[in-house]
Amino acid sequence: MIALLRELSQAIGVSGDEDEVRDLILSHIQDYVEDIHIDPMGNVLGVRRGTGAVDLRVMAAAHMDEVGLMVTGFDSDGTIRFKAVGGLDARILPGMRVLVGRDKTPGVVSWVPIHLNRSDDAVDIDRLRIDIGASSRDSAQNAADLGDRIAFDSSFVELGPTVRGKAFDDRAGCASLIALVQGERFPFDLYVAFTVQEEVGLRGAQVAAQRLQPDIAFVLETTACHDLPQNPDEPDQTTITRMGGGPAITVMDRSMISDPRLVRHMVQVGIPCQFRSPQHAGGTDAGAIHRSNAGVPSVVVANPCRYLHGPHSIMSISDFEYQSQLLRAAWMALTPSVLER
Amino acid sequence: MPLDLKTLVKNLSEIAAPSGHEGPVRELLRQEWATLVDEFQTDGLGSLIGIKRGMGEEPRRRIMLCAHMDEIGMVVAEVREGFIRTVDIYGTDYRALLSERVLVHGRRTLQGVFGAAPPHMARSRKKYPTAEELWIDVGLPADEVADLVRIGDLVTFDSTVIQLKGEKLAGKSFDNRVSLAALTLCLEELKHREHVWDVIAVASAQEEVGAHGALTAAYLIQPDIAIALDTTFGTQTGVGDDEGFALGGGPTLGLGPNFHPRLYKAAREIASSLEMKFQTEVLPGDSGTDAWSIQVSRDGVPSLLLSIPIRNMHTPVEIVDLRDITRVGRFLAAFIAGLSPDFLAEIAWNTRKDNSA
Repeated sequence: MIALLRELSQAIGVSGDEDEVRDLILSHIQDYVEDIHIDPMGNVLGVRRGTGAVDLRVMAAAHMDEVGLMVTGFDSDGTIRFKAVGGLDARILPGMRVLVGRDKTPGVVSWVPIHLNRSDDAVDIDRLRIDIGASSRDSAQNAADLGDRIAFDSSFVELGPTVRGKAFDDRAGCASLIALVQGERFPFDLYVAFTVQEEVGLRGAQVAAQRLQPDIAFVLETTACHDLPQNPDEPDQTTITRMGGGPAITVMDRSMISDPRLVRHMVQVGIPCQFRSPQHAGGTDAGAIHRSNAGVPSVVVANPCRYLHGPHSIMSISDFEYQSQLLRAAWMALTPSVLER
Repeated sequence: MPLDLKTLVKNLSEIAAPSGHEGPVRELLRQEWATLVDEFQTDGLGSLIGIKRGMGEEPRRRIMLCAHMDEIGMVVAEVREGFIRTVDIYGTDYRALLSERVLVHGRRTLQGVFGAAPPHMARSRKKYPTAEELWIDVGLPADEVADLVRIGDLVTFDSTVIQLKGEKLAGKSFDNRVSLAALTLCLEELKHREHVWDVIAVASAQEEVGAHGALTAAYLIQPDIAIALDTTFGTQTGVGDDEGFALGGGPTLGLGPNFHPRLYKAAREIASSLEMKFQTEVLPGDSGTDAWSIQVSRDGVPSLLLSIPIRNMHTPVEIVDLRDITRVGRFLAAFIAGLSPDFLAEIAWNTRKDNSA
């Protein structure tokens, strides 16, 4: 599974430009999933046929896209203007290495030397530029086009019990979902959705749910993990999740309230897991899915991940492996009675 | 074998050797210069001194070429709950560290990344996190980190060299490893050229903390003249031509009280005879380089400063134009080959025409 995660993490798919990830996922699921359909948004939809023992339409979703940047213009000195695609902490940008466009042209985010500017006020993203070494606007325009996506230049490394790399949000969810459809059949038909454009507003998931019309939905995600030592003057001392505590079940976030029956079911199956601290921050595809159609009971199972939306996220291998184990166990035990009120 | 400049820069850049811990780069240079110099010495602070003897009669005049080999860095200040806090040795820009990769040189070398509280939980998302708010995460359990990492262990950027458009490279420690590459090019070229003076190639220690190695090396070798080699600010986003110099526009030659005016003039003449691009860097006082130390060694040393413009100085993605490195190497070789036994008389203070008339 780590090899699969590595492959998915290294692929580039900034929101709205998920081709590379889509192709990779298709190659991994085509022997296991029927009725594969790529909808007009670019979502990959299909069904993993079950044994037929349970009559439920179950949807499982993981998003293919990742946060990144986008080319918005060129300066006369050959540097590139850009904006964020998805939620991104601009404070990570100074001196960052990036890959521009389909050709993955290497570049770096310029940073005025400390000798010349000592202000610790975060520089607005509109005032930062990417330097690809081009010395004129023409030369930069030969290397990149307006609208080209820009990805973090990162590498995937195993650090003992953890892995480090980019786009675990949500390639880790994609990897888990791939592993789940490649395994033993479930009692029900599992409708899978590898969605686009989660990071810019849960756009793909909404359309996917409208097509798949599920009875219930499970969203495979990653979530923030803040278990660093904290300073007394940091306003919020909450630990969102703890690394190594197992996959996190979301009770509530900015986008939705998980269905309590599904939350209870997940906790009861006996695989290590934790609760993500309930807060009005973060959102997932479940935010769009649960309010689709006539309403879909939904739950989110997310891998705790430090430094989400950056080039070097860190995730526990055991948390990651428990994500698919937890879902497999929960699905094997899933019956319509779980939804009885 | 012709020198592959890009490989040389890459090898010099990627080595980890902050101020006071220059061992690895010193050993690399010992290998690179082994066939280029006649003799090695080291000074008390660890500066590497390579002596290439000239063809003149003894006692020969000596020119010192000095490029510092240390880089900015950090040391471990605290290990708490498996995370590592640092203080800088000198010159590290903590504003550019969030999400940057580093190597923690503990009982074994650990790959780390600088993390901090997520933006919505940070003290302020409008301020860069401070050294106190940044923690290195090596992805290991707390007990393992406690075993492997101690206070005082070195921390350096984990940054490999990448090729950009044109002749540009990006990477760490180009300040000042690109000057060591230029110095190596010069020694390489001098293999094929005659020179009368002794050439003393110095890779100085501890420049970033106050140009200490240059001071001690100059004391030891007693040069007649000296050229310090360093980097200067390149023009880039946020750095105009009032503060920086164009990449690819040639090295800068320092002008000001730190530099001997007649030596400066002689250098300009050599540069124009080579039809080589040069820029002038006016420095009204302390140049902040090894030249400032060397100039006042013993009874004073006529000094010059040649700098290579780089962008994003003191970040893991400094950018250099390879052509500027080549120019420095070529210039130095030509300058040295042109040094006559009585060159010092040519630049002596008392040879002004109006005085000698």
